[in-house]
Amino acid sequence: MNIIVLIKQVPDTTDVKLDPKTGSLIREGVESIINPDDRHALEAAISLKKAEGGKVTVLSMGPPQTIDALSEAIGMGANEAILLSDSAFAGADTWSTSFTLGKSIEKIGGYDLIFCGRQAIDGDTAQIGPQVADYLHVPQVTYVFEIEKIQKKNIIVKKRLEDGYERVQCNLPALLTVIGELNVPRYPMVGRLIDACKEKSPIKIWNASDIGVQAKDVGLEGSFTQVIKTFAPKFKRQGEMLEGDAKKIAGTLVEKLKENKLI
Amino acid sequence: MAVWVEIDLCNGCKRCVKVCPYGAMEIRDGKAHVLEHCTSCGACLEVCKEKAIQTDVEPRAIPDFNDRKGVWVFAEQRGATLNKVSLELLGKARELAGEIDQDVSALLLGYQVSGLCDTIMAYGADKVYLAEHKNLKEYRTNAYTNVVEELVNKYKPNILLMGATHIGRDLAPRVSRRVGVGLTADCTELTIDPEEGILLQTRPAFGGNVMATIANRYSRPQMATVRPGVMEALPKSRGKGSVIKHKVSLTEKDIGTKILEAVREKSKGVSLSDAKVIVAGGRGVGSQEGMKSLFSLAKVMGGEVAGTRIIVEEGWLPADRQVGQTGQTVRPEIYIACGISGAIQHRAGMLGSRYIIAINKDGRAPIFQVADWGIVGDLHEAVPAFTKALKDSMGK
Repeated sequence: MNIIVLIKQVPDTTDVKLDPKTGSLIREGVESIINPDDRHALEAAISLKKAEGGKVTVLSMGPPQTIDALSEAIGMGANEAILLSDSAFAGADTWSTSFTLGKSIEKIGGYDLIFCGRQAIDGDTAQIGPQVADYLHVPQVTYVFEIEKIQKKNIIVKKRLEDGYERVQCNLPALLTVIGELNVPRYPMVGRLIDACKEKSPIKIWNASDIGVQAKDVGLEGSFTQVIKTFAPKFKRQGEMLEGDAKKIAGTLVEKLKENKLI
Repeated sequence: MAVWVEIDLCNGCKRCVKVCPYGAMEIRDGKAHVLEHCTSCGACLEVCKEKAIQTDVEPRAIPDFNDRKGVWVFAEQRGATLNKVSLELLGKARELAGEIDQDVSALLLGYQVSGLCDTIMAYGADKVYLAEHKNLKEYRTNAYTNVVEELVNKYKPNILLMGATHIGRDLAPRVSRRVGVGLTADCTELTIDPEEGILLQTRPAFGGNVMATIANRYSRPQMATVRPGVMEALPKSRGKGSVIKHKVSLTEKDIGTKILEAVREKSKGVSLSDAKVIVAGGRGVGSQEGMKSLFSLAKVMGGEVAGTRIIVEEGWLPADRQVGQTGQTVRPEIYIACGISGAIQHRAGMLGSRYIIAINKDGRAPIFQVADWGIVGDLHEAVPAFTKALKDSMGK
């Protein structure tokens, strides 16, 4: 069973702040973590490998410091990791990210399963998994919360719906996106973490030419969508402060609700 | 390929810093500097009045999309029941279509679902593209993707909207990759740019701390998903339109997945997402006892009680009543925040509420910035007084 896991290093969102003067993100001093859903993808892959044999390869695209996330994945039990890092990849939307990841997966080759987290907490798009699956022409199951059975030609999983679940049989190779309900991720082992930093580190770094892509097809240049503006959320609220004693305020509030036909 | 600043021309006005979507510009010693993570997107070039920012990036040609017409909505159904997000999207689609003088069409895929066409037209569709096949009975990724792909390639729409539901979030990215277009997830605002005529897609990023407006200039259809409850459906009308049947041929081999069993679970008691009124408590409630007045108010208003993470951690409410980034996102008609300071993590879960009433002792609490009506005072007085005033007005 050869498994590829796609992970993303993200800022710990609760720490993200906007500069009140410029309205831009303050990136300094923000701790980076493995995206929470992706930890569950890693756990699923590693435990499946332990049960079925085979190999887990972790793939991530990001700036050089993403190596920390990959080292942690090795520490958890992944066999090898690949960091896609090139200034040409910067500013990629999900179209160009899924192309870059897809190209890299084709280069890795020989996979039975690809695991992703459902979505990343910095973007919340949940798009990369399905887009990579389509690029590779493999079926997908999203919102996986239980892996029931793995067979030679297919896998049976449970997929979460808004009001229940489905048991789905999916042909292999396949791509699964997983949610937190699936498992409890293990902690990395110190010995393995140290191995990840040694000279013979199982982490490789690939750039655009390593995966055979041109700068015009990746990063911002290869994207269809562009962020044209970022701003702090504006609150279009009336912001009216009601004054007086508790009884008077209560009366005013009831009037307000009536005026707006809310009661 | 780079962007740089001609230091002599720069007057340190900071316009470039404000406009940079990537936070890659900073002012040092009164001059702008480009940081390492610049993506050469060029947003700063347009705003620099001194023409101090220069680039060797050639502007990208925008293809001509004049043949792309129509605003499309994916009409999501399960078990022949329409998801209400589709009706909300039809309302938005009507507005967008009006601005660019195009038609609204819906895509309806399924098996024996033609009965839904009238409803779809009554909520704003001029046309329904109907694809019925037994292999479309249940939603399956590849089956639906294949059919949407055929329709898009055949009729060449300008805009395609889907709900950010479990189905929409599975289907939309797959379709976008298949037909070769960009996609923006979870938009909270969709407008037409008056000059370019393109769809401007605004969505929260970083858990709602930042809003980003995204354009899709280089591919069609312009695809976006929208969470349920964000847009408003139009009132039902006696809509008239045409149904265009699309012939489907699908084999199991094309699909790759099989649904062995579908289990519907009854909701576990509370459904905050459907509640019209939510009375929410925060740290200021002070105790389990303090929650009682919130329950009384919720009862009078026919609503539900919710709370912040702290309330749940204290054990004053079960976890399925938590609102916020790590809890649920809610959009009731009225959200009454009692003793909630309004940390960003909580606001992320309730900002979509139609009206927000805030009660807090501290007049500087951030919750008041997002409230329609604010009350500075003790919730233990204000809540019972409000409950009583409501009862009196209803004659209970």
